[in-house]
Parts: sequence; structure tokens; C-alpha cells
Amino acid sequence: MRRLEVALGALGFAVVGVVASEVELGLAAAAGVVGGVLVMGLLAEGFVNRRYRSWGYLEREDDLFIRRGVLIKRLSIVPYGRMQFVDVTAGVVERMFGIATVRLHTAAAATDARLPGLAVSEAARLRERLTSLGEARAAGI
Amino acid sequence: MGPSLLGILVILASAAALPGQAGLSASDLLIVLLVALGGVVYWAVTRWRVDGDTLRVETGLFRRQSLQVPLSRAQAVDLVEPFLARVLGLAEVRVRTGGASRGDARLCYLHYNEATLVRAALLAVAHGLHEAVPAPPEQRLAVVPNGRLIAAGCLTGAIPVSLGAVIALAVLGSTERSVLITGGSGLVAVFVTMALTAWRRISTEWSFTVAEAPDGIRIRSGLLSLASETVPRGRIQAVRMVEPFWFRPLGWCRLELHLAGGVKGGDRQPARVRRALLPVGPLADAQLLLDRVLPDRRAALTRPPRRAMIRAPLSYHFLQAGVGDRCAVAISGRVRRETVWVPLAKAQSLRAAQGPVQRSLGLASVHLDVAGRHTRATLRDRAAPEAVHLLEELPVWCAVARGSRPGPV
Repeated sequence: MRRLEVALGALGFAVVGVVASEVELGLAAAAGVVGGVLVMGLLAEGFVNRRYRSWGYLEREDDLFIRRGVLIKRLSIVPYGRMQFVDVTAGVVERMFGIATVRLHTAAAATDARLPGLAVSEAARLRERLTSLGEARAAGI
Repeated sequence: MGPSLLGILVILASAAALPGQAGLSASDLLIVLLVALGGVVYWAVTRWRVDGDTLRVETGLFRRQSLQVPLSRAQAVDLVEPFLARVLGLAEVRVRTGGASRGDARLCYLHYNEATLVRAALLAVAHGLHEAVPAPPEQRLAVVPNGRLIAAGCLTGAIPVSLGAVIALAVLGSTERSVLITGGSGLVAVFVTMALTAWRRISTEWSFTVAEAPDGIRIRSGLLSLASETVPRGRIQAVRMVEPFWFRPLGWCRLELHLAGGVKGGDRQPARVRRALLPVGPLADAQLLLDRVLPDRRAALTRPPRRAMIRAPLSYHFLQAGVGDRCAVAISGRVRRETVWVPLAKAQSLRAAQGPVQRSLGLASVHLDVAGRHTRATLRDRAAPEAVHLLEELPVWCAVARGSRPGPV
């Protein structure tokens, strides 16, 4: 889905660029613009791909381990017993692609545990598992 | 049990003080009457009782609202006496819960003696005792002299700034008169706000007393409005010690307790999740108090490697951190030194972050989050292998400290 965002964006830019430059500059310039946009799109694709691949999570025995980030690498460890609630959201675009975002909340506002782009079935499975584990090990505040 | 009738008087009086202007027109009077009526109705339809270990508060004339607070989850029980209520010998009991500010149960305006009894009963229930168990005796730990409080209120970082502003104004104003007038009026406004801030701080922390009772730490303070707060044991999420630049030559510091809850400070008073345990006092007093609230806070402090100086050239001076058996400690800051103690049993989640500069230097920061909005211990710029080791071991240590996993001992 991230890839699609980039592709759509690049396509939109290309169309606008083509239209604008055909009106004003003629065909050669239009071709240049399209080429530039394609190169940019490929670069962006590369970055997005890296960012996508950097996301990862691991359900460990006592806690959930989340890793993300390319430039700034972040790791989060949330013990199951500390979870207050689990949140599954899916926006319009996310629904189109059948994916959802799972978010874990603890009593600390600083906790930053979110897992975007999970398949809906996987998100539901994770939610069920996390809530059952959370109940079994609830530790309060 | 119900609220006292005198509560009406308080509500009436506060309503009468509302317009604030001398000339009372008919519309002002109407507003006063409406507000007073609203207060009386609120007072008349509010009922509360203790049922088992839950406190039920029911209110609302048309839309009945029922609030149930499990007392075993109470974060703190406060006795608040706003100025007007205090004049009439009334007090309010407030039960703080871990949630947002709306979850606080307020029992408005009881007779002072009744309020103290109610508070003792609520605390007894919160500790799983019978509600008739009388309040245990308390032992005074520290008293802050008011003179020191005033001195501390005046010793802020604003002093050199305002001095500079006055000098600049004098220099500029000697050549051009218009600068003097506009700048002077601006400066006066700034001084008034500064004085108001200092006044608010001093008046809330006036005659500050900390006492220890078996049911928690009691904190009492106030000049016009009195507040007496009781923080049960085991509710302290973190303790912070701040040593501002101006305090350090005097060997003073400020101690704060961090509690859960009050995430949104939308109430009339800002949510007091950060309570002063010692608004200003010598380090020896702070140590004494720390021994009481966090008895086993020992941790071997180590500095980050020297290369961290590139990342934090100024704050490297104080930068230290360590993790002990029960507590994580982090010291940071250059102009004002801040020390944060977080009991491992209270850690909600662990995070690690490594930015590009840190990666090139082989450093990483580890954060321990505890309940609340701003509270965390940040072990800044630790060597990467140490950070990895901490990330591997800390979840286990935290679980042991919580008691959810048997310790190695």
C-alpha cells in the first residue's frame, strides 16, 4: 500500500507536469519532466521500501517487541501485563487494501507501540491474542 | 451521609463574587441567581456513599450520572479547602483516580471534621481495612520555612533576563523617549505576570509540611486555600529532583512526585499529577525524604562513554544513569540538573532510539516509560552494547520487580 501511495503520487505529478509543460514548452520539455518524475518516483519507492521493511514485531513470551525506523531506529518493548487496551483502526484507503493498524495503549502516554499495515485477519488475531494475554497477566498501574 | 447544608452558602458566596464589578445591574443579578440556583440544584441532587470498596457518587437533575470509584485503585485522596469554604469551616474531599481528570470523585463541602473522618474512612477502605478504622498517627518528615519559599520564588532564571531588559531599556530610552514609554509598559506587564506566577506558586506551597503516616505520605500546604493530600504507598510512579542553576550554590533542590492520571488537565485546576514533595530544601532533607518514598533506590551510576560529548556537548557534564535492583536512575541537564528515579516495578514500556549521529558514534538512548504524560527515565547516549544488554535484561528485571516472575534470589 505504501508503494501504491508513492506510485499514485508520482503519476499525479507526471500528469500535471505533462499537461502544464505541453501547454507552455512543447514536447521535449514534457518528456524531460516525465523522466524526472519517474526517477524521483523510483527513489521514493526505494525509501518507502526500506521504511516498510524496517517495521517488524515479535510476540515474545512476556512482551511484544516492535522495531521500526530507518534513519532513527526505534525499539519498543511492551509487557503484555501493562497493556490497558488494544485498538484496531482501518481508514478508507486501508480498507480498500484489506489492511489495518493495531495500536497498543499502556498507562504511559509516551508508549509508542503501533503496527500499521497488517492484514485484517492478522490484525484480528493479534488483537485477540494480545487481549487474552493482557488479561492473563494484568499488572495494573 | 450527604453534603453539608453550608455548602449552599459557599456556592452562593462564590456566585456573588463572580461578576466582580461594583455596579450590579439587573442582568448581573440574574446571572448570579442562575449560577446560585445551578449550584444549589447540583448540591441538592448529589448523593454519595461507600459501598464495599467502591465509592459511588450520583448526581444530575435531569441526566443522572453515576460515578463509581473502586477505592483500591485510588491514586490519592485529597482534602481541599478553598478560601471561602475555609472561612466557613468547610472542606472538599477529592479522590484521584488513574484515568483522565473527569474520573476524579469530588465530595463537595462537608464540615471540616466530617471531611477528615471521611478521608480517613476512604483511605482505610482503599487499604482494605474496615471504614471505621481510625486514621493512623502520622510522623512529620519535613517543613519548609516560608522565608525559604519566598527566596526560592524570587530566584528564577528570569532575573538576569529582566535585569538585561532593564539595562537595555535604560540605554535605549536615554536617547529616544518613545522607546522608554513603549518598552517600559511592556516590561511592567512582564513583571506583573512574573509576580503573579511567583505569587501563585508561593501561595499554594505556603507552610509546606510533609508527614508520613502508615496509609501514605501526607502533603499539606496553602496560604489562602489549604490542600492536604495523601498519596498511598506504591502509587508513586517516579520521583524527580530538580536543581535549578540558582539553587545549586545554595545546595537547594526541588523534589517532585509523579503520579498516574490527570492526563488531560482540563479541570478548573490543572491536574496535579506532579506534586511537589519538597518545593525547596537542602539536599540533606531531600535525601531523607527520598529514603522514605523510595527506600531501595540504589543503583550504580555510570557515565556514558566520552564520545557522547559530541552528541551532548553541554549536558555531558552531568549525564549519568544506572539501573539497580529496583530502580532506574537518570541524571541530565546542564543549567538545571534533573535526576529521575523510576521504580522498575512501575515501568510500563521500554523504548530505545538511535538517531543517525548516535549510530555513527555507537550510542543509543533507552527510555523507561511510566504512567502519566511526561514521566519517563531516559538513559541517554549509552554505549550501544550496553543499550542492547539493557534491552535484553530490563524486561526481566521489571517483571521480577513487579513480582510477576520469581526473582533469582
